[in-house]
Amino acid sequence: MNRLGKTLSEKILSARNKIEAYSDDMIVTKIDYVAAHDGSGPLAIRLLKEMDFTRVWSPRKTLFFLDHAAPASRKELANEHKLIREFCRTSGAQFSDVGEGIIHQELVEKYVSPGNVIIGGDSHTCTSGALGAFATGVGSTDVSIAIVLGKTWLRVPETYKIVINGKFDDGVYPKDMILHIIGKLGADGAIYKSLEFTGENVKTMTMDSRFTLTNMAVETGAKAGLIESDEITEHYLRSMGRGKFCNDIKADVDAQYAQTFEFDASNLPPIVSLPHSVDNTKTIEEAEGIEVDQVFVGTCTNGRIEDLRIVARILKNRKVHPKVRLIVIPASRRIYLEALKEGIIETIVDSRGVVLSPGCGPCAGVHQGILGEGEVCVSTQNRNFKGRMGNPDAEIYLTSPATAAATALTGELSDPRDVI
Amino acid sequence: MHGRVWKFGDGISTDDIIPGRYFHLRGKLPELAKHVLEDVNPDFSVKVEKGDFVVAGSNFGQGSSREHAATTIRLMGVSAVLAKSFARIFYRNAVNVGLPVIMCNTDLIENGDELEIDLNGGMINNLSKKKKLKTKAIPRFMLRILEDGGLLRHIKKYGKFQMK
Repeated sequence: MNRLGKTLSEKILSARNKIEAYSDDMIVTKIDYVAAHDGSGPLAIRLLKEMDFTRVWSPRKTLFFLDHAAPASRKELANEHKLIREFCRTSGAQFSDVGEGIIHQELVEKYVSPGNVIIGGDSHTCTSGALGAFATGVGSTDVSIAIVLGKTWLRVPETYKIVINGKFDDGVYPKDMILHIIGKLGADGAIYKSLEFTGENVKTMTMDSRFTLTNMAVETGAKAGLIESDEITEHYLRSMGRGKFCNDIKADVDAQYAQTFEFDASNLPPIVSLPHSVDNTKTIEEAEGIEVDQVFVGTCTNGRIEDLRIVARILKNRKVHPKVRLIVIPASRRIYLEALKEGIIETIVDSRGVVLSPGCGPCAGVHQGILGEGEVCVSTQNRNFKGRMGNPDAEIYLTSPATAAATALTGELSDPRDVI
Repeated sequence: MHGRVWKFGDGISTDDIIPGRYFHLRGKLPELAKHVLEDVNPDFSVKVEKGDFVVAGSNFGQGSSREHAATTIRLMGVSAVLAKSFARIFYRNAVNVGLPVIMCNTDLIENGDELEIDLNGGMINNLSKKKKLKTKAIPRFMLRILEDGGLLRHIKKYGKFQMK
């Protein structure tokens, strides 16, 4: 029976399981990878032990990453790392040690290819969807069962088609667009849905930028964020030494979308998410001038080489404002090395910025830049919930790397178009 | 299920439920549970009683995938979480750890109300308000996971996902 055209999610889940999967179907799906980090992994391992599950479906496809508190900031966390190390050693599961990078960046650089189904013990697992994969975040129990069975249960999501046309002005970036989209859809605007990003703007967008879009799909409540594979995907995979894995994954022309939203990149100003909600968005004009104590550039949202290049361009031959501390964290070792070779790290350090080893940094509120009482941070991360950066009495503003860098120079929320 | 209501607002995030500053306690769930929801209501973890309900507005559990959020609410003896809508990972995690999650119009439920809930019948009886309220049905597969005491026990029992 050939019912209807399929969205990217329906297509991937159908092909992977050799079934006809349509939105609202409850299915058990095979997966290609199961991933976890030092926040979700230890509980998954303990649950397996408690319930006496000893089998590991595929050690090659079971991936553990140390990124949330890596290197460990206290003994309790060192012990959690130890638990993961030992599990990987005895089971043969893949292990990514301190300094290798953030789970989502590692996934796209080393593992994911178009058509894959991935579950990860982290909400931003949806990042990998930019490679034409179905990737979604789950909790530790789902991770543990996937380690045993190589499968998970899910409801096939309806899809919102997000069409982005037009060209960004100088100083405005895909991060501004995704914040704008979240502001329009709302933090719960796409619960249980998947977002499919398309349009002329997305079709010419770099992979680094596409990852920023899909990374934040979950901030609308979405299950996944996907982009079909094309030459840009293929070029990216080739540059990662995985060109042969570039399958052609496209949605059907007659695919059924629950809703279509159109956005225009031209004339979009830089966007800021105000505390304490990602959908609390304002234009830079409305938020300018707020005094800032810390600026953080990094994370699975904006810690890629393209982001660091923008920051270095703005900081070059300038100094960070004396009352601000600037923390920069490359998302992976590969990005760190590239930034070193390009002189980006030197520019940042010379401008009085602090560069830390690849990982999540202060984004999860565990270490490396926790905020003090009443302090204000401008960050390129994806969330600004109360308490997110370790202190419920602090405020977090979300911006693009360019806005963050411009802010670091002036000590107050600033328009990057003035300094670029 | 029978208990008192602890009422919360819209958009309660996993950072509200289990703040990131207690990351190091994730290996000790009973310790971690002492801090559940403390930034929103410091009385909650001290005074919550076995059987009580957490009742909230929309998008409950938004944010991180930390299952510890659902587990610690269950560890405090809460018998179910009621909300207008749930963030999907929290919803999934709650089912997986055996914590019933119920979608309904929570506007009519106030802090301190006494509720009686029949999960299978999809009915909430607000004894304080003398009002009955229908809930959205929990899909059968999820109900079975809840009855089995969570996904791990479900898989232990059947050796697979028993969807039918």
